[in-house]
Amino acid sequence: METLRFRHATTRPLPGTRPSAITGVVASGNLEVLLERNLPPDACHVEIDTAINGYAEVWAAVVADFVARRQPGGLTITINDGGARPDTVSLRLAQGARLMELP
Amino acid sequence: MDWKPVALSASPLAQSWYEASARARLAGLLDTDTFEEFIGPEQRMMSPHLPLFALPRAFDDGMIVGRGRLDGRDVLAAAQEGRFMGGAFGEIHGAKLVGLLRAALAVKPAAVLILFDTGGVRLQEANAGETAIAEIMRAITQVRAAGIPVIGLIGGRAGCYGGGGLIAGTCVRLVISEGGRLSVSGPEVIETNKGAEEFDSRDRALVWRTMGGKHRRLLGAADAFADDTIGAFRAAASAAIPAAPAFDLETLEAEQARLAARIARFGDARDATEIWSRLGVNDPDAVPGLTTEGFDALLDSLPEGSHDAR
Repeated sequence: METLRFRHATTRPLPGTRPSAITGVVASGNLEVLLERNLPPDACHVEIDTAINGYAEVWAAVVADFVARRQPGGLTITINDGGARPDTVSLRLAQGARLMELP
Repeated sequence: MDWKPVALSASPLAQSWYEASARARLAGLLDTDTFEEFIGPEQRMMSPHLPLFALPRAFDDGMIVGRGRLDGRDVLAAAQEGRFMGGAFGEIHGAKLVGLLRAALAVKPAAVLILFDTGGVRLQEANAGETAIAEIMRAITQVRAAGIPVIGLIGGRAGCYGGGGLIAGTCVRLVISEGGRLSVSGPEVIETNKGAEEFDSRDRALVWRTMGGKHRRLLGAADAFADDTIGAFRAAASAAIPAAPAFDLETLEAEQARLAARIARFGDARDATEIWSRLGVNDPDAVPGLTTEGFDALLDSLPEGSHDAR
């Protein structure tokens, strides 16, 4: 197991008022993403628990890309990973952000 | 950029139960937006055992419990996520269901619904899992004795196996779909212990006609056969609540008598089709291909009515 933590500054908060959302499941090649609105609007923290060691650089790139695209200010994002590929991770992060924006 | 939520065109009720996640099943099964989760994922009540095996945990440990309404009636509901560790019972997973059942004694809902999707006990925490199975069965009998029906819904990809099959046996009503399978030992377990000549786990037709929904319904182990949609399960669950019989000595003795008669009557059958034939099905080989309407018509035409023996 490997635990990774990333802290990003964002230019704006993610729209919406939902306090939390969850998407995905922990299964082979899949992951679950828990999003919580509990930080200052210009910060986003991401913590990942993954069963697959040695991919910190890939995770850093995927998370940085998500933060740059969506500017998820105010969110703590916690991930339980079952060995998802980077494209699946990107998809789940985008789904999670969308859930947080729903009215 | 202005993001607008995408509206799904298909009704959640039309979605496949088999394909849906545990959360999607609950959301569609219960009245819209009435589900309120207990011990949600944000509380991070996760398995204390899995990190010892370097295995990833889930925020809800694969068990989602809470309350909601079904056709206006207050119910408690529990759903297993079959994709996380095969929906297996671990310490937290089991404890959440035990707690929900014990809560039922206090809040007296119209029913407790259990959405099974499990391969049985989680081997990495087997002692805790086995204990949970026993505690759940005891709690179900207490809830039923208090006059609250406990209804099982089986239609997930993991089926309902191992200890889950035992728990299902203690429910007062079971709803099952074609894809739902109900048994204790799973196909691979039987093959490993008894050989492929006894049970070939790769023979999917054999697995389905031995453990699948139609066979369980024909045998009387399940009380309703539902299409594989969330809407069909919702309708069947709602119909099962008022249909639940009392939990008393008379019912238990009748169940025992039916089970004894079943083994005497079918114990020597070599295949499920033989059992169906003895039940009065004219064309047993056609049963797996029947639609739900055709299958319900067949059930109505059989001499024996529904009964409560698992």
